[in-house]
Amino acid sequence: PLAGFGSLMQDVLWCFSQVKGTIDIGVTEADIISTVEFNHTGELLATGDKGGRVVIFQREQESKNQPHRRGEYNVYSTFQSHEPEFDYLKSLEIEEKINKIRWLPQQNAAYFLLSTNDKTVKLWKVSERDKRPEGYNLKDEDGRLRDPSMITMLRVPVLRPMDLMVEATPRRVFANAHTYHINSISVNSDYETYMSADDLRINLWNFEITNQSFNIVDIKPANMEELTEVITAAEFHPHHCNTFVYSSSKGTIRLCDMRTSALCDRHAKFFEEPEDPSNRSFFSEIISSISDVKFSHSGRYIMTRDYLTVKVWDLNMENRPIETYQVHDYLRSKLCSLYENDCIFDKFECVWNGSDSVIMTGSYNNFFRMFDRNTKRDVTLEASRENSKPRAILKPRKVCVGGKRRKDEISVDSLDFSKKILHTAWHPSENIIAVAATNNLYIFQDKVN
Amino acid sequence: MECTLDAQSLISISLRKIHSSRTQRGGIKLHKNLLVSYVLRNARQLYLSERYAELYRRQQHYPDGAPLLAMPACPPPAAAAPPELAGLPLPADTQDREARSCAAVRGGAELLEVPVCAAPPELQRAPCRDSSPGFYRAAGSAGPGGGGSTPPGLLYAAGCDFGSGGAPHCSSRTTVLDLDTHVVTTVENGYLHQDCCSQCPCCCQPAPGLASPPPTPGTKRKYSPGQEEEEEEGVEEGEPGGGGVAGGPPFAPCTKRARFEEYSAEHPQDSSNISNLISIFGSG
Repeated sequence: PLAGFGSLMQDVLWCFSQVKGTIDIGVTEADIISTVEFNHTGELLATGDKGGRVVIFQREQESKNQPHRRGEYNVYSTFQSHEPEFDYLKSLEIEEKINKIRWLPQQNAAYFLLSTNDKTVKLWKVSERDKRPEGYNLKDEDGRLRDPSMITMLRVPVLRPMDLMVEATPRRVFANAHTYHINSISVNSDYETYMSADDLRINLWNFEITNQSFNIVDIKPANMEELTEVITAAEFHPHHCNTFVYSSSKGTIRLCDMRTSALCDRHAKFFEEPEDPSNRSFFSEIISSISDVKFSHSGRYIMTRDYLTVKVWDLNMENRPIETYQVHDYLRSKLCSLYENDCIFDKFECVWNGSDSVIMTGSYNNFFRMFDRNTKRDVTLEASRENSKPRAILKPRKVCVGGKRRKDEISVDSLDFSKKILHTAWHPSENIIAVAATNNLYIFQDKVN
Repeated sequence: MECTLDAQSLISISLRKIHSSRTQRGGIKLHKNLLVSYVLRNARQLYLSERYAELYRRQQHYPDGAPLLAMPACPPPAAAAPPELAGLPLPADTQDREARSCAAVRGGAELLEVPVCAAPPELQRAPCRDSSPGFYRAAGSAGPGGGGSTPPGLLYAAGCDFGSGGAPHCSSRTTVLDLDTHVVTTVENGYLHQDCCSQCPCCCQPAPGLASPPPTPGTKRKYSPGQEEEEEEGVEEGEPGGGGVAGGPPFAPCTKRARFEEYSAEHPQDSSNISNLISIFGSG
């Protein structure tokens, strides 16, 4: 059902569907979710966490017997993707935290995804096994070898059904190509290549080749003392396999065409909005740093997230975004405190819905925000256990900025800054969203009207 | 947009963040440290302008330009008169170009210092926004100049001021953050003359490496290799994390520290500022 396409946000009532994760008061750091991603059909939902684990959920087939259990997501596979490593040469510990997961489009029965930590990208194959061979001649059912002299007749092994087993195997390991911390991976629309981006460089890989990659962007200055900006995110165009964008800590986006030269240091387009001098502060550079960049599904727009806003850019207009949405502007007067407690460095992601009509991003206090690009309306919702009754409709939340606080509003000073929604995902074609709140994954769906 | 902290506190906080980033898991985060260095630069610019404004006010009372403190007078620079000062580059930026990172880590004692330099009023009117982000360097590290007499476990933001009207004097002020007690101390007489002036070409002869004549304010500044501002400590040859002395022309950091005055009565709130800084914002 393509209920999501074309529907206006105000027509959608978001309901709680599921929550995954424990309710413990104390959160184990390893359980903190660090990335969330639907696959191309929305059948699978993957999460990565700080402990280096990947958990994949699969949507149940809808059944006529239980229509209210519309496509619940249940655990499909869990595996340890990355382990902590130690770089002895540099005396550095390499965190196992999964920074990003990206799915490959499905081409056969198996599923493939890329997962990356700070240094190493891995290609995982997730496949099902529901049959096994039985009736070997040289070994019995337990696997013990039989004495050949005791065998009196031969038989042909047959495949018999077994309980479904989902196994994940690492098919490729792309290592030793990044000096700095990897922040992004992106699969190309040719499905043969992908790129990985760190603070200063972007590399292009072929899925089949692990011992070399092409460096396509290098912004490292000859003298590191001249460094003024780093790469913060990168993504391939959804349709044009020669085009990609990368964002910087200075709030700029560069679009590059790989056909022009091998090293794409010269951009084809440069997107930058002039700074508003009246907003100048100690922290202007920090809050203008872009934390995420995403192409629209159509490929006509890019969306960027900086600390306080989400912006939509038209690829044909470089001098300013076409839309700017305030996520939590009430924090502008709190930047000093947010700098002290490091919250100002939080990297929020942003996502498009399937029809590119609504965009979503997270905030603090487990709030997340949606903006309808057509009606210009926005809504703030909360991922919390209190609103977690099955099919309970989420009530819009409001932050009171000053003056009288209404009954249902929450004041800025009461916000819990330890509860941050950094990672969200939107189903490619339906109104189903996954919201990561620290160690819990919330799944919300629209109410079936 | 107001900030509840003054520039000096922001400098201290920023230095502390850079310092603690070295011990964080996963190695030094280049992006975060770059952003912190921008805050450091912004706070330093405000600190300088405030410091200079105060100095200028004091100058009004002492028209002879007598040194504020009992320091040996710097030899007057070649361009002493105010109009000619306009021909000098912003000392902050000049100094930035010459600062070097001696990012050596000695056991647990890591020293970070942010020398700052007030600008004469003519130059102060044209603050340089697009200069490279702030810098810091290790004092008394294993770089050229050898070990200093500085006690370990301290962070510095030092000031070296110049008066207007020609005869600069090296009155100076140092803010020290003790990492163990979290006490902030502001001292005068932080520098000896030669240490101060070795960094400040407008005070003495230009330091080695600064061969080209300083450009006039407003013109595009050309950076030659090895003269750039340090953007981050602990990063050399693009390697994240780890210690090691960065390359560049030999540069003697301010290795000697004069004896420290007692805790200055001018800043009775410094230690309470620090304890306020530690409290976590939010949650009601």
